[in-house]
Amino acid sequence: MKVAITARGNDPKAEADPRFGRCQYFVIADVEKGTFEAIANANQNAGGGAGVAAAQALVNAGVEVVLTGNVGPNALRVLQEAGIKVYSTAAPTVQAALQQWQAGGVSPLSRATVGSHFGMGRGGNKW
Amino acid sequence: MHVAVASGKGGTGKTTIAVNLALALAEKIPVQVLDCDVEEPNAHLFLQPVFQQEEPVTLPVPEVDNARCDGCGRCSEACAFHALAVAGGRVITFPEMCHGCGACIAACPQGALAEKPQRIGVVARGRAGRIDFVQGKIDVGVPLAPPVIRAVKKQARGEGLTLLDAPPGTSCPVVAAVKDCNFCLLVTEPTPFGLNDLRLAVGMVRELGIPFAVVINRSTLGDLRVERYCRHEGIPVLLKIPFNKKYAATYARGKCLVQEYPEWAPAFAGLWREIERLVARHAGIAGN
Repeated sequence: MKVAITARGNDPKAEADPRFGRCQYFVIADVEKGTFEAIANANQNAGGGAGVAAAQALVNAGVEVVLTGNVGPNALRVLQEAGIKVYSTAAPTVQAALQQWQAGGVSPLSRATVGSHFGMGRGGNKW
Repeated sequence: MHVAVASGKGGTGKTTIAVNLALALAEKIPVQVLDCDVEEPNAHLFLQPVFQQEEPVTLPVPEVDNARCDGCGRCSEACAFHALAVAGGRVITFPEMCHGCGACIAACPQGALAEKPQRIGVVARGRAGRIDFVQGKIDVGVPLAPPVIRAVKKQARGEGLTLLDAPPGTSCPVVAAVKDCNFCLLVTEPTPFGLNDLRLAVGMVRELGIPFAVVINRSTLGDLRVERYCRHEGIPVLLKIPFNKKYAATYARGKCLVQEYPEWAPAFAGLWREIERLVARHAGIAGN
């Protein structure tokens, strides 16, 4: 099973990124094999549609679970349509997020936690 | 001739210049006013046109035939605006992000996508005395102004003077309005904001290769930096309107300067002569 974590770096020790569509990397863990790979988010600075593009990239990568901070409505629709489970986490790193998910400590997201364009800096960048 | 009235900064007096120029010339030549500020058109408040016809503006957005779609994802790859995604073997569309380019339809090997017109605004046409008046108005919640602006510009008659009241700023909607005009008037005010945004607007019209000049509104307020900038850059300042509380009151009542203060009519007629002269000079330079 592949689990994608939104991150500011490209390895398991990287800081987790609470933004979905505008994170820097998706670190993808293969839970059975215990391996990691990273996809750079090509649409991090897109004028619009970053969430949809990010969701599409994860669908194409065969991801089944997403761990992130906030997700907008369009991206969530794509992820849900593909049957991908989305969980909210505030864990500080990729590894910590994964461990939290494995321990059952993350909460499933069934509706968007932020509006469109949230990750463009009017809130997502604050901290 | 097509003359755009634009500005970097909002609230400098684009509409004031456009409607007064239109009124000052309407007795002498055919004048058409195109209100291209489709997010908040206001020229009608001053010219009080009687609207005779109204047409919806539509954008061709994709519609999916699920029986034909095999979920290959080519449409999603083709879309530069991420208005389509393919998940769970089917296409999801986000019409509010679609720019109507048709790339998805061309990319679909199954012929599963078709164009569906989606309403994004309206173009209204009417008359205000001798002035032919056209206004575009975008629907609430629609983020895409340029197609509505292009629909307004399609109504141009191409005789006499066509005046385009552009939106403020320097982004896509302004470019859509100013593009292909013969001349651009940049209206500014002598304030730091006015100067900053004038510089941006000058950069835009230079990029578009359109001859332009400046009008300074409320010219007796602020400082001299706008004039100094124009002199330094060799930009002609064609008209200065001093700040006057009575002019502001006229505007607030929805009236026009040339109607309540007819002594301003020759100034606007002179503005038009200067525009004609600069357009002819530009054509001469371009011709050589």
